[in-house]
Amino acid sequence: MMRHLISAADLSRDDAVLILDTAEEMARVADRPIKKLPALRGRTVVNLFFEDSTRTRISFEAAEKRLSADVINFAAKGSSVSKGESLKDTAQTLEAMGVDAVVIRHGASGAPYRLATSGWIDAAVINAGDGTHQHPTQALLDAFTMRRRLVGRDAGLGQDLAGKRITIVGDVLHSRVARSNVDLLHTLGAEVTLVAPPTLVPVGVERWPCEVSYDLDGVLSKSDAVMMLRVQRERMNAAFFPTEREYSRRYGLDGERMAKMPEHAIVMHPGPMVRGMEITAEVADSDRCTVVEQVANGVSIRMAVLYLLLGGNEPAVTHTRPTGSEEK
Amino acid sequence: MDTQDTKDPAAARPVLEGPDIARVLTRIAHEIVERAKGADDVVLLGIPTRGVFLARRLAEKLQEITGRKIPVGSLDITMYRDDLRMHPPRALARTEIPGDGIDGRLVVLVDDVLFSGRTIRAALDALNDIGRPRAVQLAVLVDRGHRELPIRADYVGKNLPTSLRETVKVQLTEEDGRDAVLLGAKPASA
Repeated sequence: MMRHLISAADLSRDDAVLILDTAEEMARVADRPIKKLPALRGRTVVNLFFEDSTRTRISFEAAEKRLSADVINFAAKGSSVSKGESLKDTAQTLEAMGVDAVVIRHGASGAPYRLATSGWIDAAVINAGDGTHQHPTQALLDAFTMRRRLVGRDAGLGQDLAGKRITIVGDVLHSRVARSNVDLLHTLGAEVTLVAPPTLVPVGVERWPCEVSYDLDGVLSKSDAVMMLRVQRERMNAAFFPTEREYSRRYGLDGERMAKMPEHAIVMHPGPMVRGMEITAEVADSDRCTVVEQVANGVSIRMAVLYLLLGGNEPAVTHTRPTGSEEK
Repeated sequence: MDTQDTKDPAAARPVLEGPDIARVLTRIAHEIVERAKGADDVVLLGIPTRGVFLARRLAEKLQEITGRKIPVGSLDITMYRDDLRMHPPRALARTEIPGDGIDGRLVVLVDDVLFSGRTIRAALDALNDIGRPRAVQLAVLVDRGHRELPIRADYVGKNLPTSLRETVKVQLTEEDGRDAVLLGAKPASA
């Protein structure tokens, strides 16, 4: 019985819609005087962060606490990991402490999968970002934000994103957010177009369920949502484009470009934003930009995922990792 | 409350039909007005799914009687259930608290069937996280007995003595296309 969330590609349409619908109810807790639900009372969740993260870790922590879980934060810096402990030994230490779920962020792609399938621990594993591979809760919160804005808060219940045109712009090569979003948005019926300089488009992209374009201006007028990605300088060890100025002129979103988008279209960004690089301050501060909303929605989505994986005696989200005969 | 509806609906015997349910709700509305001395501070909270429809119908009747709009909402108890850990997680239903909240008000919980009392215990816990009502009362369409907790209803549509081998199913037009309370036999396999 699998009960992990490793990749957005593992979610079926119905699973994804159930998570979004559950998040819609979870969001209402934020308006209450007592922002707490008893669903995970007595469950212990570890936030195991091998890579720096502010918003994802805080978001998971807020979600866990709102569901009354006991939370243990583990940052690799200054821990036994910096003394040379392996992932296996860390995992077995957590297992010995009786942990029910591990939220893991790791610089190496595949680390959460290894943790979930190695038999080192019994706990549910939730991927909070691994290398350049996947960040499924980010994709879910993005889809949640799109459904709320493009379909409607109540009208969206039970609905997917069929026919919505989503454009993802920027450093696709290094972006786990882009990968997760392409997988999930495709599952939810949206049409995704990636826009990036040719050097920042990954090898093998032709097998992804999406279109690729190098012309941002041509795509903008046909987009319901435009998602800007940060250029991840920390993962770049080569020159991918001549100058930052050239990048932002060809692939950055400014007020003039935003005006070409349809009236209802929204601008999204997973954060952290680099103003002046991929997005101008004018766009970032406009009310079409959903960055702050995405952060709030992140807590609701993570509450929904935690509840559906840990709330009962078995997970409500059936997870289909290919183990041989299963179709993918 | 039973969701597994494997039995033949024709075999179930209707105990209340549409007009009976309407009369029962009218009576309960009058009782609420009488006991709450005018229902000035009443807030009706239905427990999903069918309790919500009953609460809305009660609110309409109360408005006819008092001439005032009565706040009505819903209270999802899923995450407060004591058997949460014994099943896969259930889909959540809507909790909708009327704008003025429940602090200092007389909250009347509304549900379709009162059985073990565990749902109501969960509802009381859920209320605790939302505010502090002046008092909490309970209105149910059917009380079928077999309480497992010290809980009783303030307003009862019909007392229905049942055995544990029987099932009670409430159908409402909003959800099921017709109004009825059905008494049936539990499938042998259960």
